[in-house]
Parts: sequence; C-alpha cells; structure tokens
Amino acid sequence: MSRAQILSAILNNQPQSTLLPEDLQFDSPSNEVVSEKFCQMINLIGGKVVVIQKVEDINLYISEHFTKSDRIITPIEELDYFTPFTGDEVPHDFVNTEFAVFKTHFAVAENGAVWITEDRMGHRVLPFITQHLGMLVEENQIVATMHDAYKKMADAEYDFGTFVAGPSKTADIEQSLVLGAHGARSMTIFLLK
Amino acid sequence: MRVGLFVPCYVDQFYPNAAIATLKLLRKLGVDVYYPQNQTCCGQPMANSGYEHLTKDCDRLFIDNFAEFDYIVSPSGSCVLHVKDHLHDEQKEQQATHIRKRVYELVEFLTDVLKVDKITASFPHKVGLHQSCHGQRGLHLSSMTELVDTPFSKPMQLLNQVEGLEIIQLTRPDECCGFGGTFCVAEEAVSAKMGKDRVEDHLMNGAEYITAADMSCLMHMEGILKRKNSKVKVLHIAEILNAEKEALSE
Amino acid sequence: MSNLQHPALSEIFNRDEDRVNWHDDTLWWIRAKRDKAAQGISEWELLRETASQIKNNVLSNLHQYLEEFEKNALANGIKVHWAADAAEHNKIVHGLLAAKGITQMVKSKSMLTEECHLNDYLEQKGIDVIDSDLGERIVQLAKEPPSHIVLPCIHKKKEEIGQIFHENLGTEAGVSDPQVLTETARIHLRETFLTRRSALTGVNFAVAETGEFVVCTNEGNADMGAHLADIHIASMGIEKLIPKKKHLGVFLRLLTRSATGQPITTYSSHFKKPRKGQEMHIVLVDNGRSVQLGRESFRNSLKCIRCGACMNTCPVYRRSGGHSYHNAIAGPIGAILAPNLDMKKYSDLPFASTLCGSCTNVCPVKIDIHDQLYKWRQVIVKEGNSPAAKTMAMKVMNFTLASPTRFKLAGKIGRWTLKHAGFTVNNGLNPWYKHREMPEPPKESFSEWYKKNNP
Repeated sequence: MSRAQILSAILNNQPQSTLLPEDLQFDSPSNEVVSEKFCQMINLIGGKVVVIQKVEDINLYISEHFTKSDRIITPIEELDYFTPFTGDEVPHDFVNTEFAVFKTHFAVAENGAVWITEDRMGHRVLPFITQHLGMLVEENQIVATMHDAYKKMADAEYDFGTFVAGPSKTADIEQSLVLGAHGARSMTIFLLK
Repeated sequence: MRVGLFVPCYVDQFYPNAAIATLKLLRKLGVDVYYPQNQTCCGQPMANSGYEHLTKDCDRLFIDNFAEFDYIVSPSGSCVLHVKDHLHDEQKEQQATHIRKRVYELVEFLTDVLKVDKITASFPHKVGLHQSCHGQRGLHLSSMTELVDTPFSKPMQLLNQVEGLEIIQLTRPDECCGFGGTFCVAEEAVSAKMGKDRVEDHLMNGAEYITAADMSCLMHMEGILKRKNSKVKVLHIAEILNAEKEALSE
Repeated sequence: MSNLQHPALSEIFNRDEDRVNWHDDTLWWIRAKRDKAAQGISEWELLRETASQIKNNVLSNLHQYLEEFEKNALANGIKVHWAADAAEHNKIVHGLLAAKGITQMVKSKSMLTEECHLNDYLEQKGIDVIDSDLGERIVQLAKEPPSHIVLPCIHKKKEEIGQIFHENLGTEAGVSDPQVLTETARIHLRETFLTRRSALTGVNFAVAETGEFVVCTNEGNADMGAHLADIHIASMGIEKLIPKKKHLGVFLRLLTRSATGQPITTYSSHFKKPRKGQEMHIVLVDNGRSVQLGRESFRNSLKCIRCGACMNTCPVYRRSGGHSYHNAIAGPIGAILAPNLDMKKYSDLPFASTLCGSCTNVCPVKIDIHDQLYKWRQVIVKEGNSPAAKTMAMKVMNFTLASPTRFKLAGKIGRWTLKHAGFTVNNGLNPWYKHREMPEPPKESFSEWYKKNNP
C-alpha cells in the first residue's frame, strides 16, 4: 500500500519541526484609497468599472449593451434578468450564455480580484462559460490586500469559491496579451456606491 | 594593521597590472601590505567543477600563507567569496575561520574597513561598470535588481570619486557575463553568447572602458572585445582608482 | 528525445543567433515585469521570508499535514489516492477513467503529469488527452514537451504556431495574428470542454486545515474542464501542501507577481467539495519527493511553487532554451530537482550555470538554488558521474596549484606557449578560442614583478 510507504518515508526523512511565522499585519488605508486602487487595478487587468447607485441600475447597463436575443443569466433577485436555479441544472446548458452577472462577497484592491462562492453563482460553471461577465461589488466591501481577504473569509463555508480578476486572458503566443481565452471575454465591475 | 595581498592565480599570470595597481593603491592609502610569495590559488576552479574534495592542499597552502594577517585583501570578488564560503581545514580550523572572517575584496576593504572617502585619481573616460556576480550577489558589493532594496553600490561610491570619470548606464545593469570558471569551456556556446551580449550592452551605451572588481569577468569580455577588434578596453577597478593624471600607458 | 546533454543541445540552439536574441529578450521582458511588480510591494522581501518559513514548516511537518489534509478532503467528499511514483500515478488516473468507460480527457496545466509522462501512458491505453492551456495545446500539437513551466511554448514564434494551427485546426495558411489564433483555439477547445466527461487539473496549493485545493489559471481552462466534467481528477505533488487557508494570502501575492508580473492570476479557484453528481479525486504523488526530503542539502528545493521566475532570470536558460535541459522542468529549479530522480542522466544540469545567483534572488520562497547547484556538483562528482577526462584534468590542476614551485613553472610555460606557440592553444580544440581571443601574455607575472621591485 503506497500510502503507508510514502508516509513512513516522509516521517523518516522530514527534518526537525520549524515554527510557522507570525501572521503579516499591515495598516489598512482609508476606504476611499482602497476603492480608488481597486478601480485602477480593474482597468490595469483589462476589466472596466461601472459605478451604480442601486443594484437595479444593472438592468439599464444590460439593456444598453445586449440585445433581446442574447441569453442573460443572473442569480441576483433584484434584476429583471433573474434566473431561478434548482440546483439540478446541467452545466452544458449554459453554453450559449452571453452575459452573466453575480453578487460578490468582497473585492481586493491590490489585484482587482473579487471573491465569489458557488452559492452566488447559480452554477459553478457559469462565471467561466459566459461570454461576458459582470460582478457586483459593494464599495464598502473592498479590502486592501489578500491577507485582509483571507481574514474576511476565515470562517466562510463554501463548496467552491474563486477569486476572479478580470477577463480570461492568455499571452501564450509570443507574449501578446489576448483577452478572452477560455473564460469570459470581458469583465464589468458594477461598483455599488 | 598588517594586510596580506592575495593575488589570484590567473591575475598573477595574465593580469599583473591589476595586482600591481592594487598593491600601489593600498600603499598609497597607507596600508601595510605584504605579498606572501608562496601563494597559488584559492581552489575555486576545482571546487566549482565539483571537485571541492580535491582542494584540501590548496586550502592548507592558503592558510599557511595568510593566517598571520589582520586582513587579507584581493582584487577578485569571486575568489574572496570562495574563501569566505569554503575555506576549511580539519587541523587548522581556527586559522581558517580567522581568514574567512578577515578576507576582503579590494572595493569593500576600501569602503568598509578603510572607509575611503577621497581618492586622488583621474580617469577622464566613459566607463561601463560590470557587476561581477560573486562580488555583487555573493559579497553584496552593491544592491541587486532582483531585490526590493535601497539602491547602493560600493564600486560606484569609489568610482564617483575619480576625477573626470563618466559612468555609462547599462540596459541590464547586473547580468552575468557568462565566464563561470570551467563553464566558459564546458558550456562554450552559451558562455560566449552571454559574453557577447554583455559586451554589446557596454558598447551600445558608449563605454570606452569596461571595469569590474573581478578580473575573470573582464578577461572573458576582453576575449570577446578583441575578437571583434573593438577599441574598447577592460581595466580592473584598481587600475582606475590608481590612475594618475595623463598616465595610464601599457 | 535524443541523449544529448545540455552543452550540445545549447550549441544547437545557439546556431541561430537571432532566435537566441528573440528568446532572451522575450524572457527578459517577463523578468522586467516581475521586477516592476515586486517593486510595487514595499513588503516584498518580508513576504518572501514569510513564504519561505511557511514552506519550511510544511516540509518539517509534512507527515502530519498530509494526514490532516487527507482527513479533511475525505470529509469534504473528495476521494484521495496515493502514488509512490509516476507509474502508480498514471495507473490510478487510468483506473479512474477505465472504471467509467471514459476514453477522452481534457487536462489543464500540470507539470506533475509532464514529470510522470501521463499523456504518453494514456495514449498507449487508448485514451485521448487534450491539453487545454493554449501554450500546452500548441506544444501538444507540435508533438513537443513544454519548454517552460509557466510559458509552455515560449520557444515558438507566432508564424510557427500559425502553421501548426493551419495543419491541425484548419486556419488559413499564413495567419499568425495571436488574436485570431487564440480565438481559433477558444472555439476548438470549447467543443472539447463540452464533450469531455473527465477533466484533470494540477494543484497550486492544497490546504491541510480545510482539505481544499487551489488551482490558478489565467485562461479559465482548469475551471471550464472541471465544472463541465463528471469526474475531476487533481494531481498534486505531496509538497504542494500549506498548513492554513490564511497562508494562501501570502502565496497568492507572490506567485503571479513572480511568474509574469501580474498581481494575481485571473482565476484562483478553491475546490473544496465536488459539485452535485460529480466525482472529485485527488492523487497525492511522491515520485522521489520523500527521498529529496531526506537530502539535507537539497530538501528545500521542495518549497518550489512553480512560478518559473528562476527560468526567466537565468542568463543560461534564456540563451539555451527549455528543451536543452531534457527534463520536464527546465531551468535552475529543474537542474536541482532532476538529479534526485536520475543522477546519471541529469548529471549535466547542475553544471549548466555560472552560479551567478540571480535565481536565488528572484525565488519567492527563497530556495538557495545556486548554492544547491554547487552542492549537486560535489555529489555528482563524488558518486562517479563525472567524465574521467575531467577528473584527470582536475587532478592535474590540483597537483599544479598545490605547490608554489610547480605553479610558477607551469605559469611560465603557459605564458611562453601562448606568446611563442599560440597555435597549440588557439585552434579548434580550444573551446575558449572559438568565440574569444586568449589573454595577451604579459612579459612577467605579478610575483616575478614583485620579487624585482620589492627586494
């Protein structure tokens, strides 16, 4: 049985235990600074920021940017495009999704990432398979760094969660940046003031 | 303070001027310098090739030559680093330890021990400074572009005191020249290409001279400059720091 | 691949100097982006030190963390497998597919599966594997291994990729626009994602505390594969563990900044439980890692988080190309990992370095890469993996240098020869002379001068 063999080899070979370092602590800048940095980062990583005053404002954005025949999906109840999910959906059925928009838990200023878990995705595949992606971020839910991010989600329960930072991208061909590799071609942050 | 001058084997044989300049410079600064005549080599060529176990005789010889000095100074960062990191002797470990702690590359000896802040030298030329890896990354003669650190440079600190000298900016300030000891023949293709690229950076940015705190890198770059029939010359930093007005022939 | 070693493979690579310049410039550009990203974080060096200490703690408690991870992963509904070596890993993966009658799999980037040569194995078993990372797909179509752990086809020019796409994916001949080629791959691979019932991904980090694992991609290919498949297999080396979820904060800050200069990958997905109706498996692979853990001088190579920064900064790698390392993992980190797997076969790699130390400086987990290269050289020679001629030459050199008299005589002869009989040195047999002139021999050595001038 390899398990026992591997574990015993490791036990024999691992050196004397060393301590874990102290957690890193940094002063958090003001909300304003954090929000501004976040917006800068979003632009830098190929996303865009749309400032909204209320969640329903997203409806307007969608009607302006997509046509009636485009398939729009969202688990956000306040929106006209709200799609009820039963939990039994087949992921492949979402293949023709043009735009999907989700409510994030929070965002991270230093890298423009937003944190979202499966319970807010409708389906795991949706943020990835949709052609264009929207993410709702409440302005008072932006943290400065990844250390703060993990502090915020320390006790969060989820089956699947992901940080998403911008549209899907690749630079595999001669380091030329191309947006829209396999995931979403664009990412719009709806920043709720 | 008694200082032992350690002249690496290839400097002794091929670049005596670098060693002469080192000796004269130290004397000019009032240092009591001695050159133990039975010295040969620090053993690095063998050790870097994987034969550290063969260098015991070299180590012993080194200890016998240098244990008596307060400081050991050498115009080669690479050899100094080797001594600092690897000089041991089962029977004479105390002396070996003393040497490891007291061996200095020339530039750091000037800036850190003598704390030289005025050099009377004149060298009215455009000079490219090559950061030799072992001096820079091993002995920390200057900050490194990979690290997030306050910039500093001990060689530059000294060169800035030389009258008329103009330092040129390099596109890649601290890339390796590709010498690497036996690497230069064992990995000839990559080594030569690295050397060509390093030289090109200096030429492109208008260097008339290339200097460094390590003669081995300069030997490599000189080989490439000469093959190109370039007029650009290499000079050990000691030769520049010791340059008198209008002098510098040979 | 051939049995050629690094010097010979590099010599071949260097026959096309323009290409070497192009390869070098491309990778240097990535190194420069990495520098800029690092400079943007004032606490960068503290982060590296913290990451290093976390990884040291992992290696010194690996046994406990593996058991903890297994327990938590099982509780999460993930099935855990253990593979002692590459062969067992491949067998496990095949067994999982065979049990479900699956003959097609989509795979996102996993250097471990390269190390295990999984694709070849599965192909022999009649299973079709498609690599979904664009760079990996390109080298797969070209029937080549990746040349870089983060940038698999960094050695290929866009025109060559255009030709590969023309031959395999039906693009028009002569098309080489990265935008067009990427769009073609997107369409081709969407079809793949939608039709594969099984997906294999690598693992960037696995958290002992929670039993979850994190997969980072820019393209979204790992997620597309995993979330559309009935069975998700994640292959990970046992060293990928970290103790606690909060440690991800440290590593995710370092990983991509070191790799490409991006602040974070587009997707950092945390897989904790399989989705409803899906099977999720994790294969914990040893394949020499427990042996390396026992090598005191080399164990901390297992701290590696596979960012590739050491390759991008390495002046040798940039001018010799990833394939010159004839190992799944190229560059400085490959050169200290490979001898553990096969010391004879990879005896050349620790010598493919000038020991300049740049690799150690960029390493986000502070592996002392160049010191380990030096140490591997000693081990390789001691264990008899060095050419006899080299050993002889070293003994002669030592014999000369160990005696002041012999050294002075040899120096005199050497300088005389160079001056008066240069043809014995300056010829095709002297590798130095191929691209470089020999130093001009001075009329006297320093010691001769000193004797005269300091009586």
